[in-house]
Amino acid sequence: MRTVAVGIVITFMLAAGPVSAQVSAQRIANAEREPGSWLTYSGNYAAHRFSPLDRIDRENVSSLRTAWIYQTQGGGSLETSPIVVDGVMYITTPPGTVAALDVHTGRELWSWTRPMPSDLLTLGFPRTNRGLAILGETVYVGTLDSHVVALDASSGAVRWDETIADNRLGYSITAAPLAIRGKIIVGISGGEAGIRGFLDAYDPATGERLWRTYTVPGPGEPGNETWVGDTWKTGGAATWLTGAYDPETNLLYWGTGNPAPDWNGDNRPGDNLYSCSLLAIDADTGEMKWHFQFTPHDVHDWDANQIPVLVDATLDGRERKLVIMANRNAFYYVLDRVDGEFLLATAYSKQTWARGIDETGRPMVLPNTEPSEEGNLVWPSLQGATNWFSPSYSPSTGLLYVAVREMGSIYFKTETEYEPGKSFLGGGERALSGDDAAGAIRAIDVTTGETKWDFRQHSPPWAGVMATAGGLVFAGSGEGNFFALDADNGEPLWQFQTGGAVRSNPISFAIDGKQYVAVSSGQALFVFGL
Amino acid sequence: MFRLAAITIALLSTAGLAPAQTAKAIFDAHCARCHGIGGTGGEGPSLAVPVLRHAADDEALASVIENGIDATDMPGNWMLGANEIEQLVQYVRSLSRVEARPLPGDAKRGKALYEGRGACSVCHMVAGDGGAIGPDLSIVGLTRGAEYLRASLVSPGETVADRYVMVRAVTKDGREIDGVRVNEDSFTVQVRDVAGRFHSLDKRSLSVFEKQRGESLMRSYGSDLSAAELDDLVAYLASLREEP
Ligand code: HEC
Ligand code: HEC
Repeated sequence: MRTVAVGIVITFMLAAGPVSAQVSAQRIANAEREPGSWLTYSGNYAAHRFSPLDRIDRENVSSLRTAWIYQTQGGGSLETSPIVVDGVMYITTPPGTVAALDVHTGRELWSWTRPMPSDLLTLGFPRTNRGLAILGETVYVGTLDSHVVALDASSGAVRWDETIADNRLGYSITAAPLAIRGKIIVGISGGEAGIRGFLDAYDPATGERLWRTYTVPGPGEPGNETWVGDTWKTGGAATWLTGAYDPETNLLYWGTGNPAPDWNGDNRPGDNLYSCSLLAIDADTGEMKWHFQFTPHDVHDWDANQIPVLVDATLDGRERKLVIMANRNAFYYVLDRVDGEFLLATAYSKQTWARGIDETGRPMVLPNTEPSEEGNLVWPSLQGATNWFSPSYSPSTGLLYVAVREMGSIYFKTETEYEPGKSFLGGGERALSGDDAAGAIRAIDVTTGETKWDFRQHSPPWAGVMATAGGLVFAGSGEGNFFALDADNGEPLWQFQTGGAVRSNPISFAIDGKQYVAVSSGQALFVFGL
Repeated sequence: MFRLAAITIALLSTAGLAPAQTAKAIFDAHCARCHGIGGTGGEGPSLAVPVLRHAADDEALASVIENGIDATDMPGNWMLGANEIEQLVQYVRSLSRVEARPLPGDAKRGKALYEGRGACSVCHMVAGDGGAIGPDLSIVGLTRGAEYLRASLVSPGETVADRYVMVRAVTKDGREIDGVRVNEDSFTVQVRDVAGRFHSLDKRSLSVFEKQRGESLMRSYGSDLSAAELDDLVAYLASLREEP
């Protein structure tokens, strides 16, 4: 009798989650086992942004309503992806605040702000922050002035604060760090300032840097021959979004941004490695195991920072470990994530720059698609067929859901010269707008790249998607709609007008078995429940 | 699609004080990333508009450029010198302001036409007088070049602004609504009919929803006005440059 009772108590405690905020890497690796929490930027290390919760489903989603709203005190638009664990929601609000909220009510438990210096440089992007990481009893955040800060998860007190790069040269952090066993992985922004991109690992306890891997190789390193002269020094290839991690192969999968300057490639002939690439990096050493470049010698600002998604699937009759990406350049890619072998690419959105992708994975670029002085109309636009907002993979449907921007741009090229701490662009775009542009939520068959369904949006979106085990896909629009689609066929089942542009990624969590969905819009965070 | 883009470019090139190349270069380097080349909008709003919400006058505009706009994604530009900011102020203003130019027609005769036989004020307001079916024309001479003005009279369907796109909707229970689309999102559309009534429509309740691209509520005046009368009307419209 007695042992049975103990067994029940333990099971109950497991279901409710541990009482204290001790978030081990093991817990994050097993995120599926506690679907009521949201432990890392993309929900799990495989970056699925999928919620295994199914209380909100096709039948009852129409009665979803707001549970609470959190309004920020100024700052730009809210692009944060919350972390939820043990009754607390952690968010970042721009330009430099972290807040811990009572997940039941939205009331603040603590907040911490790093005031931004008056000479802050954010060249080429809004003063935003996309989220944070948690490990042990500490939350980790990067700041616009290039600090990585560790905060006590229960009080917001600073445990350590490291300056990792020189903001006066345009280095900045907007991405959520990734917490893995014994390391905090941090990516850097500044591709429009001519930085030299890198990916860093820090000791969670001390803030000591454990390794740094440059995404633009220096002299003597393989890939340096794809740059001319000193152009590698200002080569860009920022690592400005949060990548994925496979604990089994111990590899980090991280995308890199455009080569600098963005639109004038005349002074940097060559492929410009490792810009616009996916890198597989040994988490222990920072060593690059393989790389795959989507857009060699990019001149359209088609960063490859989109979230790489790790999927195991059968391809040509073979069970394979895959990494997939709906790239900003309008092609969907499937690679083997163990060795980086290119397996498949198909256009998932209108594009007019390539005849296709050849069998080695290289685009067959069409003539006259480069930016020019008079302007050259090309699809997709500078902001790409998709951008920083996350896709979602549902293991239940085998589909990758992507928020797609159907928009063309007239690309211009101008002269430019590198000056430290100045924009390093060499051109720009004039995007088609109004009824000439549109958006979509698109469901892509992971192994074939075929579009299974398409939900048309009024304008190109800036919001990510999240699929759930309830058979739903949540998404947002620039006009303020936050909505749910049927994951099988894209039928709209529910929508709510938030009154501001949705520019963030949804997440889901549970309190006492009750499921909630959170998304930010304008300068407020909305939480919905049944 | 390309046609529209081509029109936008043509408009921009006519809408200029031909700003100094350097001012353009500063704008391209610091602002175009968000506001688009030519300020036509992108991640940030279009600046080629007659009224800047945050910049009533040039001083306010300079301050917006230097300090950014609190609580928005518009950053400060402390790294720019006073001279560069002044150039940007002029450049941003030039994006929406057409320079006054001598035109062939006679504005006085055009005004008479506008008020008389043209009956334009049935649909348009100038300085607070007239109808509201079409856009307010009080400062249309400041925001639109002569070529555009002529095109709006001869082929109004080709110059329809976003908020005047004609739509036809039929609800699943058979009600038909025709009018101008004043707003739209992925799920709903707001329509103003010719009587000025607003209709809020849920797209899922519609059996037909058509945008009548290339059509305008305004008919073409190309055939009932002589070439000289057209010139006069364009000259009058071009002279409308003062806020009421
Ligand atoms: C990081 C993107 C970004 C950059 C770079 C940027 N802007 Fe803005 N700007 C915005 C946004 C977003 C707004 C809208 C703010 C709001 O919500 O009202 C804005 C607003 C403005 C406005 C006010 C518009 C109005 O209706 O009052 C002006 C003027 C302006 N910007 C000029 C500039 C100039 C000049 C530059 C270059 C020196 C520049 N901006 C650079 C994003 C940007
Ligand atoms: C039945 C109503 C109606 C009448 C009458 C009418 N208009 Fe219009 N007009 C409109 C509407 C609606 C638009 C907006 C759609 C478009 O641009 O075609 C418009 C657009 C315009 C524009 C373009 C404004 C801009 O900034 O894009 C001009 C100029 C104009 N009208 C001038 C005139 C003149 C001059 C007359 C008389 C000869 C006239 N209109 C008669 C309804 C009318």
